[in-house]
Formats: sequence, C-alpha cells, structure tokens
Amino acid sequence: MKFTLSWLKDHLSTEASLDEILVGLTRIGLEVEGVENPGEKLAAFRIAKVLTAERHPQADKLQVLSVDAGDGPLQVVCGAPNARAGLVGVFGMPGATVPANGMVLKVAAIRGVESNGMMCSTRELELGDDHDGIIELAADAPVGAAFAEWAGLNDPVIDVSITPNRQDCMGVRGIARDLAAAGLGTLKPLTVPGPHLGTDNSTSVRPELVEGRVPDARASTASARTGIEATEGTGPGPDVRTDDPAGCPAFFAQGVNGVSNGASPEWLAKRLRAIGQKPISALVDITNYITVDLGRPLHVYDKAKLSGGLVARKAKAGETVLALNGKTYTLDETMTVIADDAHVHDIGGIMGGEESGVSDTTTDVVIECAYFDPEHIARTGQKLMLTSDARQRFERGVDPAFLDDGLAIATRLVLDLCGGQPTGISRAGEPPLGTRSYAYDPARAETLGGLAVAPERQRAILTSLGFTVSDDWQVTPPTWRRDIDGAADLVEEVIRIEGIDNVPSVPLPRAPGVAAPTATPEQKLERRVRRAAAARGLDEAVTWSFISEAEAAPFGGGAFTLANPISEDLKVMRPSLLPGLLSAAARNVRRGAGTIRLFEIGRRYLADKERPTLSLVLAGDRRARHWQTGKAQAFDAFDAKTEALALLAAAGAPVDNLQVFGEAGDAWHPGQSGTLRLGPKTVLAAFGILHPNVTRAFDLDAGVAAVELYLEAIPAKRSAGFMRPAYTPPALQAVRRDFAFLVPEGLAADALARAVKGADKAAIVSARVFDVFTKDGETSMAVEVVLQPGEKAFVEAELKAIADKVVAAAAKLGASLRG
Amino acid sequence: MTEIDDLKTHLLTAIEAAAGLEALDAVRVDALGKQGRVTALLKSMGGLSPEERQVQGPAIHGLREAVTGAIASRKAALEAAALEAKLAAERIDMTLPAEVPLAGTIHPVSQVMDELAEIFADLGFAVATGPEMETDWHNFTALNIPETHPARAMHDTFYLDGDHVPEDRERPRLLRTHTSPVQIRTMLANKPPIRIIAPGRTYRSDSDATHTPMFHQVEGLVIDKGITMGHLKWTLETFLKAFFERDDIVLRLRPSYFPFTEPSAEVDVGYTLQKGKRVIGGGGDVENGGWMEVLGSGMVHPKVIAACGLDPDEWQGFAFGCGIDRLAMLKYGMDDLRAFFDGDIRWLKHYGFSALDVPTLSGGVGAA
Repeated sequence: MKFTLSWLKDHLSTEASLDEILVGLTRIGLEVEGVENPGEKLAAFRIAKVLTAERHPQADKLQVLSVDAGDGPLQVVCGAPNARAGLVGVFGMPGATVPANGMVLKVAAIRGVESNGMMCSTRELELGDDHDGIIELAADAPVGAAFAEWAGLNDPVIDVSITPNRQDCMGVRGIARDLAAAGLGTLKPLTVPGPHLGTDNSTSVRPELVEGRVPDARASTASARTGIEATEGTGPGPDVRTDDPAGCPAFFAQGVNGVSNGASPEWLAKRLRAIGQKPISALVDITNYITVDLGRPLHVYDKAKLSGGLVARKAKAGETVLALNGKTYTLDETMTVIADDAHVHDIGGIMGGEESGVSDTTTDVVIECAYFDPEHIARTGQKLMLTSDARQRFERGVDPAFLDDGLAIATRLVLDLCGGQPTGISRAGEPPLGTRSYAYDPARAETLGGLAVAPERQRAILTSLGFTVSDDWQVTPPTWRRDIDGAADLVEEVIRIEGIDNVPSVPLPRAPGVAAPTATPEQKLERRVRRAAAARGLDEAVTWSFISEAEAAPFGGGAFTLANPISEDLKVMRPSLLPGLLSAAARNVRRGAGTIRLFEIGRRYLADKERPTLSLVLAGDRRARHWQTGKAQAFDAFDAKTEALALLAAAGAPVDNLQVFGEAGDAWHPGQSGTLRLGPKTVLAAFGILHPNVTRAFDLDAGVAAVELYLEAIPAKRSAGFMRPAYTPPALQAVRRDFAFLVPEGLAADALARAVKGADKAAIVSARVFDVFTKDGETSMAVEVVLQPGEKAFVEAELKAIADKVVAAAAKLGASLRG
Repeated sequence: MTEIDDLKTHLLTAIEAAAGLEALDAVRVDALGKQGRVTALLKSMGGLSPEERQVQGPAIHGLREAVTGAIASRKAALEAAALEAKLAAERIDMTLPAEVPLAGTIHPVSQVMDELAEIFADLGFAVATGPEMETDWHNFTALNIPETHPARAMHDTFYLDGDHVPEDRERPRLLRTHTSPVQIRTMLANKPPIRIIAPGRTYRSDSDATHTPMFHQVEGLVIDKGITMGHLKWTLETFLKAFFERDDIVLRLRPSYFPFTEPSAEVDVGYTLQKGKRVIGGGGDVENGGWMEVLGSGMVHPKVIAACGLDPDEWQGFAFGCGIDRLAMLKYGMDDLRAFFDGDIRWLKHYGFSALDVPTLSGGVGAA
C-alpha cells in the first residue's frame, strides 16, 4: 500500500518528522517496505526562463539559448525544437545528475559553443515519456525556484505492507488513525478531497463528514448521521436492487446526469501518479482515489450503456463478462454479479465490465457503493484467479457503516470535477454491521501479552482506535475492524500501540535438575545412521522431494502428483530417494568429480505413508589410481553391501541374522543386487548395482552402486536399561578348521555357510566362505569354521565328529568335500 | 702360563676378526667345540695335581669366560649390523602420498537441526514431526485459516492431484506450507503441558534467487498455564544466544499478523556490518547496524487451541516459526540458498560438517 507523506497529512495533523512516522509505522505493525522521495533526485533542477534563442553557428538543429535560472543569464546549447525565447522550463545546472541516464552535467563545448547546463525533457527527469521537446511550465512559474518543490514532487512516497487482517489500513485514513492512536498526531475530520489538499495551510471549505462511529440500527443512512451532507438531488435514485443478499447484502447508488468526463485535475492526477497509478479519466480516477484514500471501492457505470435497472444477483452458469482488464471471464452460479436486463456489467466487488465503463463521451452515470460479502469475494477471486484493488479490500471486509459516506464523497467529487446534476439516492438492502462486543479484563494485557499497561491507558488506546469501552469494560470494536474477535485481539491492540517491543523477557519455568532426553527412538536412529554414513566417507545431500514422472517410473512410479508443479521436472512425489541422488551424481560428474559418494536421509512418499529412508549412491572410482594399488578401481555391488551392513549395524539391526534375497526391483541390475531381510518378509535394505538403463537415463555410466535403507523397518532395540548381560571371555582358545567343497551349480555361498554353521550349534561359532573359484566347470568353495571349546579342550575324536557333521550338512546341499 | 695367554690373544683376535656369523661359529668350534682347544684345556685339568689346579684352574676358566663373552658380544654386533643392512635396503620414499582417508560430511541443514534439538532439549522441548503431505484441515483450517482467508493466497500452496473433500482430516491434499500443522497434531495427540520444536521440510510454489520450492522450517510450541509473550521473548532470546553463541543478541519485536496467533509479532535480530557482511549480534539501531527479520511468533490463537480440543480459558501458550536454511546461512555464511539442494560435493565438503561434530551443550553447539 503506497501513499505520499502529504496525502497522509490530509488525514493526520502532526509535527512528527518523516523518520518518526516511518519508525512509528513499523512499530505499530504497519511495516514500512520502502520510502522514496522523487523530489530528491530533482533537487539540483531549477525553474528557468529562456531569455533569447539563436541558431547555433555550426549546427542546424541546435540553438544557443540564454537562460535565466535565477542567477543571471547563462549560455546553454539546446537541441529541442520547442526551445524559444520566453519559454519557462526546467534547467539542470552543471553538477546535476540527470535521473534518466545518470549523466552528470558539466560545462562543455558543444560544436565549439560553451554550454552551461541543460534544459530538460520530461523523460530526462523521469516524469513521463515525452522526449519531443523540453518541459514547458506555466509562464508565471517562479524563475530560480527549486522545480521539485514548486511542482509538489518533494513528497516522499511511503510503501507499507498491510497484513491481511487490517482492511482499515488499506486506506490512507486508517493508517492516519493508527498513527494518531500511537501518539504521532491527531486525526483530522474527514473532508471531501479537492485541490486544497497537500497544502498545509489550507482550510477546509468542504462540509465535514463525521466518521461512522458505532452505528445505531440504521445509522448508515444519511438521516441518522450527524453532520454529513449528502448531495441529494431531485428525482428518484437509480433503479437498483439486490437479489443476492448473501453475496451483496447492500447496494447503494446515486446518479449524476450531464457530466463531462475529461482528464483529472492535476492535484488528483499527481497523487495517483505518485503511487504508481496511471490517471485515466476523472470519473475512473475518482473511484481509484477513494479506494486508496478511504479503502472504499466504488464503481461508476455509463448509464447510456445500461438497459434497465441494475441488480446484484448470482451469475448464471456459463455467463461471460468482458472485464476492464480486457479479459473475458466465464462465471458460475456461486459468483455475485451486477447486471442489467441484458448483460453482466460487473464481477461484483472485483472488477467492472468493459461494456458499461465510462468514456470521454459519457454524460449520465450511476455511482455504485455496495457491500460485498468477503467470503464470496474470496471464492470468486480464487476461482477466476483475478485480483484487483477492489477484491483485496472487499475480501478483507470494508467498513459496512461507510456506504453513505463513501457514496456522498464520490458524488461530491463527480460534481466538482465533472459537473452535472445529482439524482436521488437509492439504498437496496442493508449492510451487515456485525455489531458485537466483548467482555475484556484489562489484566489480560499482562497475563497474555506480557506487558503491564494501566487500565486507563488501555481505555485511551482502544478509544483512539475507534473502540467503545463501557465503564465495566465491555468493548465494542468499530465497524471498520472486522478482524477483532475476542479478548486476545484487544490485548494485541493495546500492546501493539503501547509497544510490543517493551514486553520484558520472563524466563520459561524449567524442571529442576538436568534436562531429560527428549529425542524419540526414530530420531536417535536417524542421527546414528546419518553420522555413521558421514564417518564412512559419504557426503550428505538434500534433494527435492518431487521428481519427474520419468525418473519415478523405474522405482514404481509416484503415488502422488502435484496439481500445480512449478515444472515437469518437479512434479511427482518421489517413491525413492535414488533419482534425486543420481541427478546430483550426474551434475557432479559433469563438473569433473572422480568419486561420488552421496547419501540422503528423507522420506519416500508411498500411497499409504511417508517412509523415512536413507539412500546412497557410489559412482565413479572407489579408489583413485595409486602408486601402491595401481589403476583406479570401480565400485561394485559388494561396496554397496558393505555400506548397507555397516549402516544397519550402526542402526542396531541384528546384522548376523539378516538374509540376502534377490528381487531388489526393476531399477537394479538383475544379477548384481539384492535385499537384506530379517525373515523372509521384513526388507531392511536393497543394495547392489543399479540397472544400466536407469543410470543411462541420468547420463551416468553403468556400474553405479547404491543402497536404500528402510529405516522404519529396522526393529527398535529393546531397551533393558544400561546393564549389559554378564560376560567373561572363554578361557580356552578357539580352533579354526578349513573345509573345501565342490558345490553344485547355483548354490549360494550364504546357504552353504549357514548349513555348515548349523551343523553343530554348540561348538561352531562361525562359518565363513573365504575362497571361491570355478575351474573346469566345477565350483569350489572354501569355508573357515571357528570352533569354540567350552570347559575342556576338544579331543581329536570330538574334532573328527564335528568335521563329519560339517561334511554331512554340506552334503545335504549337494556339496562334497574336495579331494 | 704363556701358553694360555697366547691362546687367549689368538682366540680373541680371531673372534674380533670374524666377518660373519659363519666365521664366528668356526672360531667357536675351534675354541669351545668338543675338539676345541679351550675344551681340551678344560679336560686337561682333571690330570693336574691339586697345586697345579689351583694355579691353572682360574686361568683356564678365565680363558673360557673371556672367549664365551667375546663370542656373544661379537655375535650381537654382527646380528645388529645384519639387521641394519637389511633395514637400510628396505628404505622407501616416505614423501610418497598415502591413500586419502575417506571423509564424509553432514549437510548444514541436518547439522543445524541437531543444534536446535540440543539447545531446546536443555529448555525441556522435545522434537516432534508430522507428515509433509498434509490435509487442508491441519495445514489451514485448524490454524484459523479458513478457505476464503486472504492469508491462504499468500502461501503459494502446492496441491496434490485428485478429488478431495476440504474438511477431510485423513487424506493428504497439499504439501505443507509451514511446519505449523505439527502444532495441531501435537495438541491433538498430547495433553498439555506441551513443549516441542518441529523441524522439517516445507513447500511453497515459489522459485527465484532467494526462494526454493522446498525449504526447511522449525516450529516451536509451548502450551501451559500462565504463559505470556514475556516467556516467548525470553525463549527466543535464549535460543538465539545459544545458537549464535553470542551474548550480545538484540531482539526487536514488531506487531504482525498470523491467523493462528494473537497477539502476533515478527522478530528482528540485530546485526552488525563487518566487511560488508551482516553478522548477527549487536547492531540494531546503531551505526553500522541494522535489523534482520528472522522469526514469526505469537500467542497461540484461542480458536486454534479450541480446534485441538483444549479449553482456551485454561491453556495458553506461544508458537514461533523460523527458516532453518536461513539460520544456517546467517550462522555459517552461505549466501546462495539454491546450493543447499544441488548436491555439489565441492559445496558439501566446504560447508558440510564432520561426523564427529556432534553438537553438545558443553562443547558449544556450533562447529567452527
């Protein structure tokens, strides 16, 4: 929300400096986003009169001027066709910086003639687009005076961020009211805007309006208000009604006949330009001005383009309207519109229609001042994806008690600027005043807000903001504060004006002693595997939770798709963390990385649940070439298996009990991948080499190793306190025996080792395949068996018996002892 | 006598002259072997008279001891020389490179989350989590943001495909736009008093130099009896002092608006300009200083407390929310948010943390 300092001062009588006002605005919750004084960059430019103009001796298109900028004649070379003796314009002295191009003016010879500055065009001063000639001011403009000051450009533009609850501050007057409550001046009585504005010493010649206090039953009608002077004309008011009391509870209107709609006067156009709006015509500008000045949107119809009366009604499904932004909108039956007998002329409270808009030839107008229901406006605006200054205000809830005032001010301005004769005023429906009051305990400022504020001070603050406070602290918010809903809101009003920054710190009470642990087992597990992975040389990445459909496909596709993704690449909620890591790996390869070990801990988004997962990819060289080990080595599936087991061990999984199964899935190399399971169903991890088709899709060479660890599948360690089971290392040394078997084709090493280990559960503590080779079509596997004697050492006969059991167990799998 | 002395001189010379272990052994055999000369002398003592033995005995034994000792020390010397020669032959250029040790890294976002957990554990806050794909009800409605609320438009929400019922509390409909729905889930699942922080991923359809469609937030929530904005302010001060490990943290509260808190405040923290960079600490309204917005906060709105089935007349408290990526940037000096999610190993190795940098209160939660 932009406004100028002088605009603010239309409503606020204050001695405060600009800085004090800026600090004050932010302090009370109206955050200043920026302030800019367009006059500052024009400070070095003065009003000057061209005394004489003669042809430049060396150039046809140039003239040599004698210019008086207040200090006597200066010689200036000028190329503007309109430069002539007697012209009063804007002059830049040597040393001034031209706003449009940053050029610093200096005394220079132009084609041999000295020039002492420049007569400026509007474009050079960034005041407009005109560059056909130099600026021509009124002949009586004071020569030598600072141009910006004289032109009223020395008026800082303040940009304030208005939070969605403060509709009242979407008008300059509401901001002034807040500042007055904060002690930065007093709120002036409301007047009809006019050319007197912006001049501090002006006295109001307009009848004063009294603000909409807490109204009585029909207080918003002219008759019930005090001091208001609606310009009620003769004859009936416009033919308006509302058939949609939910969407448009109140539709007030007044006509003005015989207007002439031209350009706005300078005072009005200047204000609009200052805040970045383009003046269009007096009638349009009046509504835009009142929208910003008072937060009250209005609409003006060209009566000649209407057929019959205006009605607020629900749109018919499929009905269309060409809006003022040049776009056609298709409406549905939830949307409130203003229509005549033939057409829709207004998307109620959001944007007017092109067809009945006013133009230069408009003579008779209907001014609409309605109340639209905020929820209806919000829904319609969301559906149509159409935003406007009017929507922003209506959906936050305009002052329902300000319809008559808004209409009166608009009519008066139309009469002032465009002439004409007013008609009577029509009032259809009733605005919902929503009067409510709250019992308030002033102690709440301290017990909730943390700031002790004397009750009488609280009363003064609330009153200055327009609240009514009864003797027994029943507080009634003003009609323009639809956001207030309960005691907590009143506390906020009090402490934000008193100064929320003054709230003193109070230590949060804490339990005595050392803080108890707060992390859950899941959190502790995640921390352990994260740090274990980093300790094993993996770099943690964080990648997007959404990936492309193509990336998701080999991993089973995504169960959830975004309806409004920012791009096709970030569209599907990932079913695996691997695509994100592969993308990152590919980026690293492109940047010349030799070894990539990346991991991520995050969620997979499956149809039933979000599942915490650790994934890692190993790409490039496992080992760089080295003088000791020779050529670089690539990662293989067993690197993935090592990482999987190491991380599972760090997570506390019973790694000795895990079994390797195949079926890691389509994304993996069919012969070099597997899953680690606890029992046949609980899959703790998938590991191996990824399918070359998958890695190729990411522009990676084949041979990328990867792991996915399904963290929630890892059984929680049963906690039995800190005490460990009793243990004394065995007194007798373990015995090692090696067995070499010829095994049938396809026998898994793990199966052989398990069978061997199970051959004598009391004596055999481990069995490990330590060698495997195939020769002449026969596969040989060597198993190291560790035997642990108990109380007594094994005797030869016992060892023989165990060996026999081992051989027998292997034989069940078709393995025979190699001769 | 001279015979023995001569023999001694001869043998000791021969021992000293032995160039290798084999030569030394030959001398030993010549002197002490079964047929050796010293052995012969020892054997000859049996035929001596007691008087002769008294004279010759010590001389012969002295000879044996001298020879034995000389052989032993010569042997040790020869062995030492041999080992030395062997080791000398084993010399390698020790300036050759060793294999580079594997050193992985913890992502700054994870590190900062661990830091936050540590700081807040000391204040009695647990870490809570919730789903990232949320229902409309948890993300908005329960937080006092009804469907037509203008604040919804400011959230740039990602919606999920499919038909949805707006008030459905089970099936996710959107990606959470903030971590605040964890407040709701926590209040629904737990009885007060409640003290939690909820760090995690959040999403908004926004992408430019300073915004990414995915980012990280941490939410804080305290629900108890008699909690005021004074407690909120102290908690934030304590948190920021512990996080930045500076005592000169200055806060400025500004009134603001969040539908789920009332009163609401945005929290600025003072910074000082050092070599053109904003450094948290000191600063504020002084020369070379300024304010930076870091947090949104407020007292939990009575409607939110009621939506979670608690009596707002009995329970009140505060909530705050803060960007984790931004906290990391302010503390550790990264200046490009997008790099957080790129996975460039050069960046990760530069800005990441060692596995051993576990934040602890005793060691200071930050990792230099």
